[in-house]
Amino acid sequence: MNFVHTMETFVEGKKKILLILLAVFLIALPYMLNSQYLVTVAVKIGSYTLLALGLNVLTGYTGLVSLGHAGFVAIGAYTSSLCAVKLGMNFFASMILGMVVAGLAGVLLGLPTMRVTGTYLSIITLGFGEIIKMIAMNWSSVTNGTLGVKNIPRPSIFGYDLTIANNGLYYLMLVLVLITTLFCIAVVKSKTGRAFQAIRADELASTMMGINITSYKILSFVISACICALGGALYASLIGYIDPNTFNFDVSTLILSIVILGGMGTIRGMFVGAAILIAFPEVSRFLMEYRFVLYGVILVLMMRFRPQGIMGWKSTMPYRLSKNVKEQVEKMDKNAPLNLLNETKG
Amino acid sequence: MLAQQIFNGLALGMGYALIAVGYSLVFGILRLVNFSHGAIYAFGAEMAMVFIGLNFGIVPGIIASMILTGILGIAIDKIALEPLRKKHSMPIASLITTIGVSNIITNLLIVFLGSEKRNFPQLFNFGSVKIGSVVISSTQIMMCVVSLILMGVLVFIVYKTKIGLAMRASEQNAKAANLMGINVNFVISFTFFLAGMSATIAGALVGGYYQIVYPNMGFMAGLKAFAAAVLGGIGSLPGALLGGLIVGVSESMAASFMGSTYRDSIAFVILIIVLIVRPHGLFGRKGITKV
Repeated sequence: MNFVHTMETFVEGKKKILLILLAVFLIALPYMLNSQYLVTVAVKIGSYTLLALGLNVLTGYTGLVSLGHAGFVAIGAYTSSLCAVKLGMNFFASMILGMVVAGLAGVLLGLPTMRVTGTYLSIITLGFGEIIKMIAMNWSSVTNGTLGVKNIPRPSIFGYDLTIANNGLYYLMLVLVLITTLFCIAVVKSKTGRAFQAIRADELASTMMGINITSYKILSFVISACICALGGALYASLIGYIDPNTFNFDVSTLILSIVILGGMGTIRGMFVGAAILIAFPEVSRFLMEYRFVLYGVILVLMMRFRPQGIMGWKSTMPYRLSKNVKEQVEKMDKNAPLNLLNETKG
Repeated sequence: MLAQQIFNGLALGMGYALIAVGYSLVFGILRLVNFSHGAIYAFGAEMAMVFIGLNFGIVPGIIASMILTGILGIAIDKIALEPLRKKHSMPIASLITTIGVSNIITNLLIVFLGSEKRNFPQLFNFGSVKIGSVVISSTQIMMCVVSLILMGVLVFIVYKTKIGLAMRASEQNAKAANLMGINVNFVISFTFFLAGMSATIAGALVGGYYQIVYPNMGFMAGLKAFAAAVLGGIGSLPGALLGGLIVGVSESMAASFMGSTYRDSIAFVILIIVLIVRPHGLFGRKGITKV
C-alpha cells in the first residue's frame, strides 16, 4: 500500500516529464524495433487495447459482464471493410459507419437489461456474439459468407497509404488509442461515469438516488460497442482478411481476460493487460503448443493471487474535484458548521 | 423427413442434455458458470478412446474414463476453485479461472494426443429400426436409452439419497448447510465428480454417434449444452433434459431445412428469445433480491 502511495506521488509530481518521455518512447518505438513483424505485434496490441478499453466501460465501470464482445468487433470490422472493399469508401468514413452500426447493435443488446440481470445477461451477450457470427456466415450476398472478406485496403490519408512498412498503421493506431483513452477518461470523470460506477456498486441504491439505470446501462452498451467497433476496424485493416471465425468466442474471452488481468475499472490496466496477453503467445513461440497451456495457467494463477488485476490498486491520491465544484467549495464559509453548532447551542 | 429430423435431433439432444446436467449441477451449488465443462467433456471422450485403445474393452474403458474424468473434476475444484471460495473473491474471478482451466485441459490434450480428428469405435451396432419412412439407428435408440437411464440415476441421487439431500441443502444455503454439519466442500467436490462422469458418458455416446473425437470437440458442444441448461432453467435437472432436447431438435431441423451454417447458432436464437420472455429459463426458479 505504501509502495503504491510513494509511486503515485512520484508519478503525480513528475507527470509532465514522464508523459513526454512516454510520448518520445512510443513515437520512436517502430525505429527501435526496426522489424515489420514486431511493429505488427505492436499494432495488434494497440487494437486489443482499444477493444479492452471498450469492454472496460461496460464490465469495469458499469459492472455488466459481456461474453460476446467479439460480436461488436465483428460488426465494426465487417462494416468498415465491406464499405472499403465494395464501395471504395475512405477508411475513416467507413470506420465511423462501423461505429454507428455497432452502436445501434449496442442499443439492441442493451434492451434486455430491462428484464435480465447478472449471469443471465452475460449469457445473452454470449448468444449475441454467436448470432452475429451466424449472420456473417449466412448473409453471403453482403458478407461473402464463410469465405470472408479478402484484400481489405490499408487506410490512407490524402492518397498517402498507411502501412506497416512505412509505420503509418502504427501511428494511426497510436492516435486512435490516444483519442479513445482521453474519451474514456472524460466519460469516467463525467456525471455519466459516476452513474455507471453507482450502478456497479448497487443498482437498487442508484435507482433510489434518481439514476435511470436502464438508460445508463444502454448508454454503457453503446459506448462500449462503438469503441470495440473502432478496434475491430483497425484490426481488420491490420490483418487484411476477415472471416466469421476471426470473431469467435475465444476473442470475447480474450478481451475479457485482458480487462480482468489488467485490472477491471482502471484505464491504465488495459494497456498492460493487452501488452501481456497479446505479446505472450508471440514471445513464447519456442514453447510450441505449451504456450496456450501456460496462458491458461497465467489466468488461473492471476485469479488466485491477484484477482483485482495487475494494475488494479485503489488510488491513494486525493479525489480531484472539478473546477466548478472547487470554486463552490472555496466560496463556502469554512466555519459554517461551527457557526451552526454555536447557533444551536446559543 | 420432418419426423426423421426430429428423431435425429432427439438422439443428439440427449447428448446435450447429459452435458447440460453438468452445468446445471455446478451452477446450482456454486452459482458459477463452469466454462471448463466443455473441455471436461472432450477429455472424457478422448480418455475413453485412449482406454479402449489400450484393450480395456469398450464398457470398462468408458468406466475407467468416467472415474478419471470425475477425478479431474474434483482436481479442478480443489486446485483452482476452492481457494477462491475461501478468499471470498468476486464471482467473475471464478468465471475467468474456469476459462483458464478450459484452456489448460484442451491444450494439454492437443499436446499429448494431437489436434487431429480420430476414429472412435461404434458403440452399438445391431441394425436399425424402420417405422414408416423413419429410420432410427440402434446408436440413436441406445443413446436415448442410456441417457434416460443416467438421468434417472442422477434424479435418484439428487432427490432420494443422503448426499443428494446434502447437495440440495448446500444449493439453498451453503452457510446454513455447513452449520447443520454438512461438509459443503465435499458436496461440491462430489458434484464436480458427478458432472465429470455424466460428461464422459455424453462424450462417449456422441463420439460413438459421429464415430469421431478431437480435443476441440468440447468447445461448440459445451456452449450449446450451456445454452440448453440455461434454456431449461439452470439448476434444474428436468430443465436440462428439456433444454437439451430443444437444442438438439432445433439444431437438426436447422441443419436440414436452413442449411448447415445455421446449425451451430440456432440454439442461441432460441435461448435469447426464451430468456427475454422468461428471464430464469423454462423451469428456473426466480431469485429473490434481498435488500
